[in-house]
Amino acid sequence: MISVRDAHKFYGNVRALGGVSFDVERGSVFGVVGPDGAGKTTLLRMIVGVLSPSSGTVDARVGGDGSDSKRRIGYVAGRFSLYEDLSILENLALFSRLYGMDAARAASRSRELLELTGLLPFGDRLAGRLSGGMKQKLAIAAAVLHEPELLVLDEPGTGVDPVSRRDIWSVLYRLNRGGVTIVVSTPYMDEAELCTRLVFLHKGRVLESGTPDEICDRFPHRILRVRTDVPETRRRLADFPSLSVSSFGRTVRVVVDGADADALPRLREHLARAGIAADVDAVRPTLEDVFVLAAESGRDVA
Amino acid sequence: MKDAEAAVSTVGLTRDFGSFRAVDGVNLDIPRGAIFGFLGPNGSGKTTTIRMLCGLLRPSSGSGRVVGCDIAREGEAIRRRIGYMSQKFSLYDDLTVAENLTFYAGMYGLANAKRRERVDAMIALADLRGRERTLTGALAGGVRQRLALACAIVHEPEMIFLDEPTSGVDPAARRRFWETIADLADGGATIMASTHFMDEAEHCTSLGLMYAGKMLISGSPDALKRELTVAAGKIWQARVPDSIGFLDRIRAFVSGGILDAYIFGASVRVLACGARLPADVAGAAAWEEREPTLEDVFVHHVRSSAGMEGQRCDA
Repeated sequence: MISVRDAHKFYGNVRALGGVSFDVERGSVFGVVGPDGAGKTTLLRMIVGVLSPSSGTVDARVGGDGSDSKRRIGYVAGRFSLYEDLSILENLALFSRLYGMDAARAASRSRELLELTGLLPFGDRLAGRLSGGMKQKLAIAAAVLHEPELLVLDEPGTGVDPVSRRDIWSVLYRLNRGGVTIVVSTPYMDEAELCTRLVFLHKGRVLESGTPDEICDRFPHRILRVRTDVPETRRRLADFPSLSVSSFGRTVRVVVDGADADALPRLREHLARAGIAADVDAVRPTLEDVFVLAAESGRDVA
Repeated sequence: MKDAEAAVSTVGLTRDFGSFRAVDGVNLDIPRGAIFGFLGPNGSGKTTTIRMLCGLLRPSSGSGRVVGCDIAREGEAIRRRIGYMSQKFSLYDDLTVAENLTFYAGMYGLANAKRRERVDAMIALADLRGRERTLTGALAGGVRQRLALACAIVHEPEMIFLDEPTSGVDPAARRRFWETIADLADGGATIMASTHFMDEAEHCTSLGLMYAGKMLISGSPDALKRELTVAAGKIWQARVPDSIGFLDRIRAFVSGGILDAYIFGASVRVLACGARLPADVAGAAAWEEREPTLEDVFVHHVRSSAGMEGQRCDA
C-alpha cells in the first residue's frame, strides 16, 4: 500500500532523511520507531502527502488513482489539533462537514466512533477539558470519521499513562480489524512490540526492519540476566568478560558472544566467587537490546 | 546519625486544594542511594507530592523529611541540597556548554576554585571534553540530556529529582544515561524519577504507584511483578489469527477468572486468576506463560482501584 524508495529530505543543510526505503502492506499495524530527531515526523508527513521528498519517492496508493486519494488517509498529528473550545460532538460535526459528509451519515458514524473510543458519555464535554488519553482518542475519531483506508498517527502514546495507552492501542487494533491500515510512530520500545511490522529509524536512516520477532531473532549475541538485591553487583561484573553490562535497577543484563556456550555457568561462578547471591538466567533479547547494538555499530539495512 | 536517616520519609502526607484532596495520606520511606520511580497517571498527585518534598508547597496535614530537613519548615535548606531535571531541559541554547554549567554553578552559589572544579567534573561526567565551547543549541538530543543532568547536579545534591528524563532519547543514549544515574546512586545520591514510561521504570531500584492521591503499591520492579502473580495471577500469551475476534469470544464465554486481556502485536495476552487458565480459555489456543511487564502491574492496580469491573479474583 505504501512504498518508500530511497527517500531523502533536506531542510536547508540539515539532512532529516538520508535514503529510506521500505514497504507497508495493506492491513498492517506498521511502526516507525526511533528517538526524537530520527526523522519520524518528516517521514509520516510524506506518507500523508503534505511534504515531498528532496529526492526518491514516497507513494501511498489509496483509493485507486486520482486527486481524492488524500481523502482516503486519516492523520493524527503529534500535537492535539482539535478545537479545545468546542465539545466532542461539535468537533466531530465540524470535521464531518470539512469531509463533506451528509448529516445523517456523520451522526451515525460519530456515534459508532464514540462508542469504539469509550467517549460516548462525554459528548458534550469541551475538548479542552479532556484528559490526555481522551484527547488522543477524540483526535483518532476525528481522523477516521470519513472512513479512510490508511490512518497515520504521530506518537499517539507519548505523554499518555499506561492505562490510557492500552485503550488507545485497543482502538487502533479495532480500526485495523475493520480494514484500516495503521502507520504509527513511537520513541518507545514497548510500543514498538505492539506493531506487526516496523522500521527502526536513527539519524534519518533505517537501522532495522521486520516483525518484532524477526528483529529479535536476528540479534547475534546472548543476554544473561542477573537478578539480585546486592547493590554492588554491577561493579563486580566489570571484570567479567562480556560485550556489555547494563543495569536496570538491581537487575543487570550482561551481553555475551552468541557462540560462547558456557558463559552462563561461568557468570554464576563469577558471582559465587564474589559472594553475591543472584538468580542468573538467559533471556530473549528485547527490541531495545537490538536497537542499542544497531545504533552503536551504526550499521544500516537496505 | 544523619547518614542512617532515610533520604525521604513522610507520614500521612496530605494536601487539599479547596475541597479536592490531591495527595491523600502518603507514607514514603526511601533509603539513601535508592533510585525510586514515581509512577501514576496525570493528575494522580505526583507533582503535588514532589512540590511538597521540595519544600515548595506546605502539606495540609502530615509531615515529612527530605535529606534530613523538615519539608514544612526547612524548604530553603532542602532546595540547596536537591537537583531537578525535567524532560524540558532548561538549558540556554545561545550559551556554550561551559557557560551553561558555569551559570548553574553560580546560581547554586558555587564560587571561584570550587566552581571551576565542579564545572570541570561535570564536563567529564557528561563526556563533553573538547566540546566546552560548543553552543548548546547545536547539541544532539542525547548530548543535551547529559548536559542538562550535569547542570542539575553541578552543586553535588544529595537528592536528584528527574521528570521523564529520557523521553524521546535514543536507546543507546538512554542506557548510558541510566548508567550515570546508577553511578550517582552508588555514590550515595538518592534519585526520584517520575515517569509514565515503563522502560524508565525498569531502571529503578524501587517503585511507587500513585493513583487518585494515594500510593497504591510500592516495591522493586521484580517484587511488584512477583506480587502481581501471587495476588492476582499469571500472564499468558498465545498467537491467534484474528486476535480481536478471539478476545471478544473469550470475554463472552468466560464467566470470570480473566482480569485483563489485550492484543500484543500478533499475539494476545491475558492476566488470569491463580496458577492456571480457566479450562475453556486454556483449550482455545496454545498458551505460553510470560513474565508480567510493569505495564501489566500498573494497569491492573489502576483499574482495580478505579473500581472497574472484573478486576477481582473470587476464591
